[in-house]
Amino acid sequence: MVDPVIASRLQFALTTIVHIIFPVVSMGLAPFLVYFTWKEVRTGKAIYEQLRRFWTKIFAVSFAVGTVTGLVLEFEFGTNFAAFSTIAGELFGGPLALEGMMAFMLEATFLGIFVFGRERVSNLVYFVSSVAVGLGTWLSATWILIANSWMQTPRGFEMVMENGQSVVNLVDPIAAYLNPRFPWMFVHMQNAAVESVALLMAGIAAYYVFRHHVWENPIQHPEFWEKTLKVALVVLLITAPIQAIQGDAYGRHVADTQPQKFAAMEAVWETESYVPEYLIAVPTDLDSLFDPRAKELFGIGIPGMASWLASGGNAEATIRGLESFSTEAPPVAIVFWAFRIMVALGFWFILLALWGAYRWWRGELLEDDLLHKALMGSSLLGFLAVEVGWIVTEVGRQPWVIQGVLKTTDGVSPGLTGAEATFTLAGFAGGYALLLLLYTYVVVRLIRSGPPSRDELAAVESPATEEAVSVDD
Amino acid sequence: MIELATLASEPLFGLPLAELWFALVFFIFGTFLFLDGFDFGVGVLFATRNSEHEKERLLDAIGPFWDGNEVWLVVFGGALFAAFPSIYANLFSRHYLLMFAILAALGLRGLAPEMYEQRDDATWKTWWGRAFVVGSLATPFLIGLFAANWLLGATTIVTLPGIVVGLAVVALTVVDGVAFLRLKTRGELRESLATDGYRALAAYLALVVIAIGALYATTPGLRSALLSPLVVGLVVVTLVLAGGYALATARDRYYLAFVAVAGLVFSLVGVVAGSMYPLIDRASGLTVQDAIVSTLPLNVMTIGAGLLLPLIFVYFGVLYSVFSGPIEAGESY
Repeated sequence: MVDPVIASRLQFALTTIVHIIFPVVSMGLAPFLVYFTWKEVRTGKAIYEQLRRFWTKIFAVSFAVGTVTGLVLEFEFGTNFAAFSTIAGELFGGPLALEGMMAFMLEATFLGIFVFGRERVSNLVYFVSSVAVGLGTWLSATWILIANSWMQTPRGFEMVMENGQSVVNLVDPIAAYLNPRFPWMFVHMQNAAVESVALLMAGIAAYYVFRHHVWENPIQHPEFWEKTLKVALVVLLITAPIQAIQGDAYGRHVADTQPQKFAAMEAVWETESYVPEYLIAVPTDLDSLFDPRAKELFGIGIPGMASWLASGGNAEATIRGLESFSTEAPPVAIVFWAFRIMVALGFWFILLALWGAYRWWRGELLEDDLLHKALMGSSLLGFLAVEVGWIVTEVGRQPWVIQGVLKTTDGVSPGLTGAEATFTLAGFAGGYALLLLLYTYVVVRLIRSGPPSRDELAAVESPATEEAVSVDD
Repeated sequence: MIELATLASEPLFGLPLAELWFALVFFIFGTFLFLDGFDFGVGVLFATRNSEHEKERLLDAIGPFWDGNEVWLVVFGGALFAAFPSIYANLFSRHYLLMFAILAALGLRGLAPEMYEQRDDATWKTWWGRAFVVGSLATPFLIGLFAANWLLGATTIVTLPGIVVGLAVVALTVVDGVAFLRLKTRGELRESLATDGYRALAAYLALVVIAIGALYATTPGLRSALLSPLVVGLVVVTLVLAGGYALATARDRYYLAFVAVAGLVFSLVGVVAGSMYPLIDRASGLTVQDAIVSTLPLNVMTIGAGLLLPLIFVYFGVLYSVFSGPIEAGESY
């Protein structure tokens, strides 16, 4: 039987790791869908209708799955983290309620029109629906990130004794909601979502372009996939550099506001100056496997680079070590490696974008098989980068659930038994594996069936006389 | 502009905000039960249809709506969390396994129709069709069980009144599904549904009587509340609305029948809320006043909800008017 605290944390980690995939798809697809709809309505060109219809199907499936997996997370605050919810609920519950009322409702209702209502509404109303859906997904992220960023850099509250318990009391909603971390997190997350979807699009499109142009195995709608590839590359070329530049500044913000997390990201145990940035750090002794910077170390580092990054240009700068904090360190190895994987992926995406742009400029975009393979192999790497990025954020904050205010172990439901928690954890492990399998199955089928053909589009635009001979009448 | 200091010191416009939020939480719960209720009902009725054509009709009817309807449950959770965080925490952790059972049932209900449409082979359709029915039956049953346990202050999951209320909610969602489908379909299908509606309504009324009896017998603390004018009045209203529903259905007044079902749902939720008040959690003995958050966040949330809830009704109005009337043959949205 797993300890209820451990089981609850594992369960929350598992359910979040699976859930985040679906909002990333919907948030990332949203601007593409608004663009496709706009072009379709303005130009009436079939290619934009194909793009809009194809990607809307994937959006709709992701949204439906995301609703249920998101509800799981909302419920888990009550079921597994009842102490946290009681102590911080005054500040934390509000953003969740506002997310539901302001964002989720907007998205869900207009999605009904966006997915099913093309023939029933005017062009203008249809375009407005696409904007409402997109706005809904991004507003959703706004409130969720307000709640999360407050846990990283809590502001606008005081601790008050209530019924013999010290609880959070909201004193300044503006300071609490617009806490210092929020803008950093919002830009990083939203840009990551768009970048991840651009990579997914590019990867899928590259597969078909590869089949068509390299294997010379004719496919349906080659122009659709070529267009998809180009749109995705343009977006990747914009988002990939932004992510790295903004991420660098974000890192300094973390160094300032959560020094313990930053020390874990760099695995700095003792306060030092001129700290190297280790690209690879492997302990030579198995006992120190979970300490990437143990004494027996094989490592490759750039001298002074970590100090340079933390301070924004001073290689001599001091980084406060993990030993200097009164609380235990977060699981350093996880944070250290997750951070490196994220950064490495970020650079790889920039390289891919530049490579694609160069080939495109040379007029060789459709023929470069190596580029196609690289894009195919990178289809899902954006999602991996998002996952490891969140691992840095959430694991790096440990042992705190609210930085400096409440420890994670003190947030778990007091009455929860190990048996209950283990049972649901096992249920989620099985259920979510099945869910991911089915989701993949559906999405792969949607991709393989491709966009609607031009003939189908024409058939929809001038509905047959079928209505007159309704079977039911 | 209202000053922050004013917001922190007294309730907005001197309103009884704790009571208002208690009512609002149950109103949101009722809206969820009415709207997603017809989706559940359609899922249950799916089992009674043998032709593939009729089954497709049922799925098409709820297609554009069910996602939006389900979001009311998200908002219910959010509103309860924001206004009564300690109750949210207590109630959900006390009914730990029940909450996850609800989520599993809801997940199955959402996933099954999506999967059903994926393939044409008979075995595949049979099994995902069954999964859809099971999810659509289990979700309202478990939600009824949860609501009854909340009212009772139960510390165990399985209680006798809980089971009866769960069954009553299932019956009510079937009535709801019939009323909705009669708006959305035509011809033989529409006619044949009426009988299902009468049967489910009769079952609902019988189960409500048994449920009230079971609550009265098992929970002495509830006895005076169950005999209060409010609860008695709502039971009378339920009987009147049931008669109205039957009459409207017999005369093919589809909208009136649907509105009557809304009244039935809100009467049921009103009975639960009315017999619970002034307590909000019988198990811990906490009253609405004890559990409400402090004034500042309450005012902030009241402003937020006051601005947003009317907007949400506009969204739903737009959605339901875009897809109003029976779905036509050959139009699978």
